[in-house]
Amino acid sequence: MLWHVIKRTAFYLLVVGIVVVSIFPFYYAIITSFKSGTALFQIDYWPKTFSLTNYNSVLTTGSFVRNLGNSLFIASVVVAISLLLAVTASFALSRVRFSGRSLLLFTILAVSMFPQIAVLSGLFELVRFFGIFNTPFALIFSYMIFTLPFTVWVLTTFMRDLPIEIEEAAIVDGASSWVIVTRVFLPLMWPALVTTGLLAFIAAWNEFLFALTFTSSNETRTVPVAIALLSGNSQFEIPWGNIMAASVIVTVPLVVLVLIFQRKIISGLTAGGVKG
Amino acid sequence: MADLLLRGIKKSYGNVKVLHGIDLDIRAGEFIVFVGPSGCGKSTLLRLIAGLEDITAGTLQIDGQVVNQLAPSKRGIAMVFQSYALYPHMTVYDNMAFGMKLAKGHDKSEIDKRVREAANILQITPYLDRLPKQLSGGQRQRVAIGRAIVRDPKVFLFDEPLSNLDAALRVATRIEINKLHESMPGVTMIYVTHDQVEAMTLADRIVVLNAGRVEQVGPPMELYHNPANLFVARFLGSPSMNTMPCTVVSGGANPVVKPDGCDPIVVQATIPVSAAGAKATFGVRPEDLDISTNGEAIFRGKVDIVEQLGEVTLIYVDVGAPEPIVAKIPNDTVIAKGDTVALTSERRHLQVFDENGIAYPRT
Repeated sequence: MLWHVIKRTAFYLLVVGIVVVSIFPFYYAIITSFKSGTALFQIDYWPKTFSLTNYNSVLTTGSFVRNLGNSLFIASVVVAISLLLAVTASFALSRVRFSGRSLLLFTILAVSMFPQIAVLSGLFELVRFFGIFNTPFALIFSYMIFTLPFTVWVLTTFMRDLPIEIEEAAIVDGASSWVIVTRVFLPLMWPALVTTGLLAFIAAWNEFLFALTFTSSNETRTVPVAIALLSGNSQFEIPWGNIMAASVIVTVPLVVLVLIFQRKIISGLTAGGVKG
Repeated sequence: MADLLLRGIKKSYGNVKVLHGIDLDIRAGEFIVFVGPSGCGKSTLLRLIAGLEDITAGTLQIDGQVVNQLAPSKRGIAMVFQSYALYPHMTVYDNMAFGMKLAKGHDKSEIDKRVREAANILQITPYLDRLPKQLSGGQRQRVAIGRAIVRDPKVFLFDEPLSNLDAALRVATRIEINKLHESMPGVTMIYVTHDQVEAMTLADRIVVLNAGRVEQVGPPMELYHNPANLFVARFLGSPSMNTMPCTVVSGGANPVVKPDGCDPIVVQATIPVSAAGAKATFGVRPEDLDISTNGEAIFRGKVDIVEQLGEVTLIYVDVGAPEPIVAKIPNDTVIAKGDTVALTSERRHLQVFDENGIAYPRT
């Protein structure tokens, strides 16, 4: 009995430990964001004062709201285009027989193996060539580099596991490839679409290096860059309060999205592994 | 009303030839069963007719029109798949209506009428609002058949539709398919199976396929009694026909053959005089063998195995040939392992096949 209690206690202590370690940075950001003045530089583990000054100043001064809008727009467009391209590409890659199919699939995977910094200069040339420097399209274009490989791969594996007879039944019923994809496969692929879409959204939302390089004015920046470039009244002052408030604002939409779709995500992560 | 004409149909995947030139005439309203061992190309042939695979060479005509290049949905066919292949996210109703919704020019009330009619025939009306996962295997297969009926096809294609069902349901569904065929007299049905019971019971004509070639086409009982060759003879019937090598002693009138290790036998077959001395194969079905009571016998030997199936008893008799001779005898026969028996048969049941396995026609 005692041994049983000890085992239980140890288990929950471990759980608490893991939760604390993973939640603490975010928790500390939240309580810091509610502090103001010199309280910022005192180390407190429990909220003592509560003020919304930081939120107020982040949202009213500078172009943070605009940056938030940019991020939302860019991440949404990236998700939309990636999913559209990935669904159509994965249909071809999983269902149409053509030579060089697996070579193509591995090439797509290989694209995502390069570190961002390695492709930065080449991408910069492309962005300048298309004349989209310092516009949202530069970021949308460059983010496809890392969202497309995994969306295509995940959706291809998922689609490959859909029974071929269903597709053939649809063909006999007179469905074109487009109808098969949109009216037969898509409804079956919701979990996979939600999972990959969300991952693509998070990746685009948090991306920093491309966003820093391909934008030059405050109005076109996305939030990660905007937060990094938040400056205080003098160059020696880092506005920690504002930075934390901005970080919390940026993270909340992601948490909300994950909570909304969590059930779909779970089934999406396991789907494809086991036929079902 | 649709006749099907297959002329020199060939199919190969790269260098692998699957079908080597199939010629077949199928009349409107016929129930045709493709049967053969796995890998014989029967499913491939069905998929070629459906249009799910391209025909490598030869022509396929449905209703006098060459349809080689026509999309499956334009051929006037409907197909029932082995794995049902229902759309998992659609209700039974939507599954059945999907094809008609895609084919423009049907208004809602017409679709509704056709779906409900088909549901009525198959007694699945109570399930119309359910999803496929809420149905049993037999119900799913009926929905799949219903989906085919709604399309109002000229040709019905079945790809081993009963293989996923359990034994009792298989018999019930088989009877239903038979009734369905009778209720739609103008509709041609082509049915693929490896189960000879399904083939024998359902078919107007059976097409026996082997290694990408047609071995024989004909009504079930004709194939059973007059197989054109050794393959068909062995493939139909369970247990399969006893065959053993023999020598033609004399041809012409009252031909005589001598099975290896047995006495010469007079057979009723048209064997040319010139065949005398040639190697041949002698065959007799297990159910045509009886235990001899008057001393006259084709085979004599010791009973190796006795299998009591209830309705009949199978005995395996070692007659000195590599394979034991199987005989199907009444279940009340008292016989035990180790007994010596003499087996005889009426002469009209004996079959002889030449060196190439082609049957000598029986007289």
